[in-house]
Amino acid sequence: MMVTILFYIFAAVAIGGAIGVVLARNPVGSLLYMVATLGAIAATFVLLEAHFLAAIQIIVYAGAIMVLFMFVIMLLNLGHDYQGDFKVGFYTTISLVVTGAIAGVIRSNLLGVQGLEGTGAEAIGVAVQEFGVVGAIARPLYTTYVVPFEITGILLLVAIVGAVALAKRNVT
Amino acid sequence: MLISALIQGGGHHLGAGEYVPLVPGLILLLPLLGFLANGILALLHGRASANAVREGGELDLGDRAGRPSTHTWPSWIGPGVMAGAFLLTLVNFIRMFGVELHDPVIMSYWTWMATGTFAVEAAIQLDQLSMIMMMIVTGVGFLIHVFSVGYMRDDPGYPRYFAYLNLFVFFMLVLVMGASYPLMFVGWEGVGLCSYLLIGFWFGDREKSDAGKKAFIVNRIGDVGFLVAMFLLFAEFGTLDFVPIFGEAETLAYGGGLITAITLFFFLGAAGKSAQMPLYVWLPDAMAGPTPVSALIHAATMVTAGVYLVARSSVLFALSPVGSATVATVGAITALFAATIALKQNDIKKVLAYSTVSQLGYMFVGVGVGAYAAGIFHLMTHAFFKALLFLGSGAVIHAMHEAYHQTHRHADPQDMRNMGGLKAQMPITWVTMWIATLAIAGIWPFAGFFSKDEIIWQVAAFGGAEAAPFPLLYTIVWIIALAAAVLTAFYMTRLMLMTFHGISRTGERESEHLHEAPTVMWAPLAILAALSLFGGWVNVPEALQTSWAGLGGALPTTEWLHHWLEPITEQAHHIQEATLGELGHTAPFGGGEVLWAFISTAAALLVVLVAIRIVGSKEIRDAAEDKTQLSGFGKLLLNKYYVDEMYDRYIVNTVRRKAEFFWKVVDVGIIDRFLNALGWVTKGVGWGVSMFQTGAVNTYAFVLTVGALIVLGVSVLI
Amino acid sequence: MITDALLLSAILFVIGTFGVLVRRNAIIIFLAIELQLNAVNVAFVAFSNLYGIDGQVFVFFVMTVAAAEAAVGLAIIISIFRHYETVDVNNFNFLKW
Repeated sequence: MMVTILFYIFAAVAIGGAIGVVLARNPVGSLLYMVATLGAIAATFVLLEAHFLAAIQIIVYAGAIMVLFMFVIMLLNLGHDYQGDFKVGFYTTISLVVTGAIAGVIRSNLLGVQGLEGTGAEAIGVAVQEFGVVGAIARPLYTTYVVPFEITGILLLVAIVGAVALAKRNVT
Repeated sequence: MLISALIQGGGHHLGAGEYVPLVPGLILLLPLLGFLANGILALLHGRASANAVREGGELDLGDRAGRPSTHTWPSWIGPGVMAGAFLLTLVNFIRMFGVELHDPVIMSYWTWMATGTFAVEAAIQLDQLSMIMMMIVTGVGFLIHVFSVGYMRDDPGYPRYFAYLNLFVFFMLVLVMGASYPLMFVGWEGVGLCSYLLIGFWFGDREKSDAGKKAFIVNRIGDVGFLVAMFLLFAEFGTLDFVPIFGEAETLAYGGGLITAITLFFFLGAAGKSAQMPLYVWLPDAMAGPTPVSALIHAATMVTAGVYLVARSSVLFALSPVGSATVATVGAITALFAATIALKQNDIKKVLAYSTVSQLGYMFVGVGVGAYAAGIFHLMTHAFFKALLFLGSGAVIHAMHEAYHQTHRHADPQDMRNMGGLKAQMPITWVTMWIATLAIAGIWPFAGFFSKDEIIWQVAAFGGAEAAPFPLLYTIVWIIALAAAVLTAFYMTRLMLMTFHGISRTGERESEHLHEAPTVMWAPLAILAALSLFGGWVNVPEALQTSWAGLGGALPTTEWLHHWLEPITEQAHHIQEATLGELGHTAPFGGGEVLWAFISTAAALLVVLVAIRIVGSKEIRDAAEDKTQLSGFGKLLLNKYYVDEMYDRYIVNTVRRKAEFFWKVVDVGIIDRFLNALGWVTKGVGWGVSMFQTGAVNTYAFVLTVGALIVLGVSVLI
Repeated sequence: MITDALLLSAILFVIGTFGVLVRRNAIIIFLAIELQLNAVNVAFVAFSNLYGIDGQVFVFFVMTVAAAEAAVGLAIIISIFRHYETVDVNNFNFLKW
């Protein structure tokens, strides 16, 4: 019961933040709204029995990625941009229509979700009991999904090198 | 020893055993090799000439000593392959002579095509008819090749000339040696091609190349007939080889629609190739080619292909009275028609051209009344004396040309009004051409007498048969044939008088340069003259043998050609006997063969004398000064009844207008526009689609999203 | 609650899409993309309640990739900004020939 109410509160925050991201004029404002949304989503993760992910979300997403964004905004000195970013016109209306269509499509898919049943929550609970919160995720990560894991490592390497290469000033 | 081995062939002694031909394929191959060799020389010459022009000058051929090899080797290659072919043919002929061949010998070299039920072999048929034709083609061809060595000596296109001439002989041999209609057609088309190449030999002159085109196109019209006849034959018999067709031919109804159609279509083809009405118009124009070409192609060989076709298909024509009657009638009308035109022509070659058309008409009359041997006989004698006439006129033209060349006078060396009194300067040519003239006029004992007389008699016999179809028609044909014979004597005498007799109109300065032709040119004339004199004696008809005409039996070989060709013609003769009954024995107005032979010779002789009187007393001016305005009938004859003009107006222009319509309205207007529109539409669509390439990132994102939406939507719907 | 979570995910995703399509500032577009990714993460986690821990493992990977992508993408934007002095995507028509 309590869980449900909490869930609704956090959901509202998330949605509000999302709308803020999209509609905010100032980029920095968008960013801050985004942080709020991320926080709310992290809370949602907790409510959905994904404790480790909640922590990761805060640390990585809200903490690192958003800070990176902020760096870039500051670097490019965009913080002063108070002009309207989008005007209500033909293009936004069309976008609204398309978005609404996507929403409809998703909704019609969602209708089939009601009857789904599963034992996932119990299994997670058992794993957490046995290995701890971190261990519950770590175990499949290092056994079943070890190959994607390693590849992800390489991916990060590539991303680092790429980012440095791209953002470097050309040596004149 | 070698010669007897050649003649006996394979160890069988004469008079018994099989006929073993001696490499007959080589007879075909030799002229083809000559073509290739001369062709290569021609290409080399072309390259040398182009190089010379590029350096700013012409290729100098030099005089006798310094001639390049491209112009000396063909002198040996051209006549050489012909000599080889002739000797081979002679050997094979002698072998066949001793063997009494009854069925043709067919030698197949490879299968040309075989699809489903239709198969044609590349095969040659050696029988008496093809052998005679081969002898004529290679023999007369060889003489003409030798003559050409002298005639064309100063021509830059010398190797090309011999290449084409050899190629022509090759195709002509394919035509007469082929064992099936398609193979004959290959030769048929091939000689048409070579005719075009040789008529338009001096293609720099627009008129001459147009003449070549005209020949080819008119021939093609006839070829349609040949093709349709082949189609009909195949539809009926399932094969196009001679032996099976003639074996089964009698299953067709006598005089039925199918056989009549077949024969009429074949005759259409023959009319095109052999210049009968209404497709004769190309032959006079074909005189634009070199004179030896006219001698070979348009006198002795190619134009006789039509006669050969009818003779070969004798069985088919014997089965169709309507077809045969058409052949005979058209032949007769053509003979008379052309003879009338020849009366008034001033160009020496044109007279001979129309004479050829007329004599071809005679040959068709012969084969049209079932006298196939007689038609072939006249073909043979005509080859002798017409080739002689053409070569002789070639010698005259050659002399006139050289004379004008020396004095730089620009006059027509072929116009008889510029000639006269040439007998003084060109005695050999004079004598030989008179022999030919007497032969063509049908005066005893020259060759033409026997052949022409035979034909005229056969017309009478056929028309007087017991169950002859259209007897009145054949009477008319007979009268026309006699009339044409009379005219022949007249115009030929006129030709001789204007050219060789009387006062010289050539001009004093030019006359000094006129001289007899060189040996290489008059030697063939002499040989042909001998043949024109004695050649007719190979087929003295039985009735005449014992009379004055046969010198009371002194003349040898009664009806040898008849007997020789009997295996070929006997089937047709059986059919004729079965359907027509016995042939008549008297001419339409009474009298037997001997009587009418006498009458025709006497009449011809009389006409010669009359012509000498009339033409001799006329004052002829040379071409430049000739102001005689012909009127009425004379004008009509000189202008060849305006046939060419009528064809031009009613047929050629109609076709041309239709062609222009199809070109301007359909091709350019509709098809080109349509294709351009296609291109234009494609461009437009491309332009429209290129609008997507804005390069704007958010547009791309938008499109991406829409795409994703569609995919999602589809997955939902499904 | 799972259904509600999925609904939340859907709404967030839709908002994110709208943001991608509408905003002009490249960085904000990126931000909206991150929003979309987060919405997907929510959906994964919701389903992990039904089907086991694998959903959460996947979220792990998504986050990693998102981080890498953000780094590279921002680097690109910086290098573009150096040339063109703007991050307005309407001005980026370099793909046009």
